[in-house]
Amino acid sequence: MSTGTEAHGPTAGEYIVHHLTHLNSTGHAQTAIIDWSVWNLDTLFFSIGLGIVTLLILTKAASKATSGVPGRFQAAIEILVEMVADQAKGIVHSAESRKFVAPVALTVFFWIFLMNSMDFLPVDLLPKIWALISGNEHAYLRVVPTADLNGTLGMSIGVLLICLYYNIKIKGFGGWIHELFTAPFGSHPLLYPINFLMQMIEFLAKTVSHGMRLFGNMYAGELVFMLIALMGGTATVFGFLGHIVAGSIWAVFHILIVALQAFIFMMLTLVYIGQAHESH
Amino acid sequence: MNLNATLVAQLVVFFILAWVTMKFVWPPIVKALDERAKKIADGLAAADKAKSDLAHAEKKVVEELRKARESATDVRASAEKQAAVFLDEARAEAARIIAQAREAAEAEAGVAAQRAKEALRDQVAHLAVAGAEKILRKEINAQAHADLLANLKQELQ
Repeated sequence: MSTGTEAHGPTAGEYIVHHLTHLNSTGHAQTAIIDWSVWNLDTLFFSIGLGIVTLLILTKAASKATSGVPGRFQAAIEILVEMVADQAKGIVHSAESRKFVAPVALTVFFWIFLMNSMDFLPVDLLPKIWALISGNEHAYLRVVPTADLNGTLGMSIGVLLICLYYNIKIKGFGGWIHELFTAPFGSHPLLYPINFLMQMIEFLAKTVSHGMRLFGNMYAGELVFMLIALMGGTATVFGFLGHIVAGSIWAVFHILIVALQAFIFMMLTLVYIGQAHESH
Repeated sequence: MNLNATLVAQLVVFFILAWVTMKFVWPPIVKALDERAKKIADGLAAADKAKSDLAHAEKKVVEELRKARESATDVRASAEKQAAVFLDEARAEAARIIAQAREAAEAEAGVAAQRAKEALRDQVAHLAVAGAEKILRKEINAQAHADLLANLKQELQ
């Protein structure tokens, strides 16, 4: 694939595949489904970079926070903080836990919102710039970290670890183990394995669906942007107009998806952590 | 959509970001929000208090006005009463002075009348004597008839 575009330019299939291949530490597309020796450099760069941007924005708002009349910037951040704080208050009933959980939710929302927003950049802009910088015309680059399953599953596993931590913290290690075997069906030796199996499936399903939902939405969104770009790439009147119309419509619609998916991920984070606080 | 070590890195980044937010972002913003909420609550309470104070002051003003009006009425009434008293006194005084003056005038007039009467009496006596002289055509000793004249004078009184 890396040499897939000769003088004739890439075919549609080559274009899509090229754009869906990560810039990783091996320099070529990863072949194994799971390979722990490979790093996706583009995902790491953009997610860490946007994480730093997130923290810069939030710490700027925090350092300027006064109880006096807020400026527009401060008010905007405060609206966000208040929204997250209200949601956290409604879902997680332990004030002690909220000291950590609410900031987690805020970070998650802000960070994912920024990462999703990378979709709004023209699909070829950053890859082209990277190709110029690296000197490799066929360099891979994917700019949306949330359209990488590693990125979303990394976060959802983080949420899982927080859930496990609070399970043990609230119920005690013994209490949690007891719950693993006695809920949801009841305390009977015959039901122990079934209960345990159900619990494991629940944790697995929560975590995987949590990460997959965000990934799926952003991956599909990215793909549609690429298909629209392909239409413009035909360099015909129909393709050009189609690119403008479809691209505009999809970009506007994507604003909703970007915000909504960030919100959903945040809400689910709160819900899962809230569930960890409740005994069955 | 292959899995690789990026997942672990993302997991670590997730916790670092969450920790920094918890440590440096969340507390100051929430504190500012709470403080502002308190300020607003205090401001509203102060406004309410000011409003009730104002109502209280207005009521007081009305009350004071009413009192002032009442006392003004009182003052006027008592002034009028006093004026009436003064007027009566003045009138009585005037009446007294007039009466006195009249008395004095009457007394004076009495004295004057008496004097006039006496003078008249003298003249009448003289006239009578002169008349009698003429009538009698005879010299009359005034000395000898002094008693007679005195009697006459007495009778004229």
